[in-house]
Amino acid sequence: MARVLLFGRLSDLAGWREREIESPFLSALRTRLTADDPVLGEALAGPGVQVALDQVIVRGDAPLGARTEVAFLPPMSGG
Amino acid sequence: MIRLTFEAFDPGALLTAFCQGRAEVGAVATFTGLARAEAGATQTLELEAYPGFTEAAIGKVADQARGRFGLADLEIVHRIGRIAPGEPIVFVATAAGHRREAFEACDFLMDYLKSKAPFWKKEHGPGGPRWIEPSDRDHADLQRWDKDTPP
Repeated sequence: MARVLLFGRLSDLAGWREREIESPFLSALRTRLTADDPVLGEALAGPGVQVALDQVIVRGDAPLGARTEVAFLPPMSGG
Repeated sequence: MIRLTFEAFDPGALLTAFCQGRAEVGAVATFTGLARAEAGATQTLELEAYPGFTEAAIGKVADQARGRFGLADLEIVHRIGRIAPGEPIVFVATAAGHRREAFEACDFLMDYLKSKAPFWKKEHGPGGPRWIEPSDRDHADLQRWDKDTPP
């Protein structure tokens, strides 16, 4: 099971912050999340939203391991 | 040292500790950012980080700053969680042989922290909560440093 984490406005939008989801690929996980919640799915694909697998930013699709941590990161703002 | 904290901190005490035992450094520059009330629009700021990822990302930029400005040392303390207006939210200290490098490194680190560091900021005000994303000014500030070496 991948551990899916949502940050910032994404977690408010979804109404959850962390969830365990079975998925072999990042693309399949996106499809699954979009089927469950189309508004969230659209936001995850929106501009400036990055994805980290086990805390490393990835672009495009990638396989997910049994314990992969998948984090969706909206545009960042510190300070 | 890079530290995220849920607790309020005293920038004066951090500066005093940072300056201890530095006979050869010559220059220490600091920046302290305070949470703004925005004329009552912000009652509380809420900052979220991604534990581990956030420290590692800031650490990479801190390493760039060390190399680029020849820093002897640096310290970054950043609040997370709920922050009241007027409270310090970020503290950056840089130590270098001479003042120019210390000032510039501090400026560089703050520009990075404002627009690229993995934090998510929510403003709680009378109209309800609102997520804040970097302004055009924040992006322009960061681009100043691209002329020589990309941050």
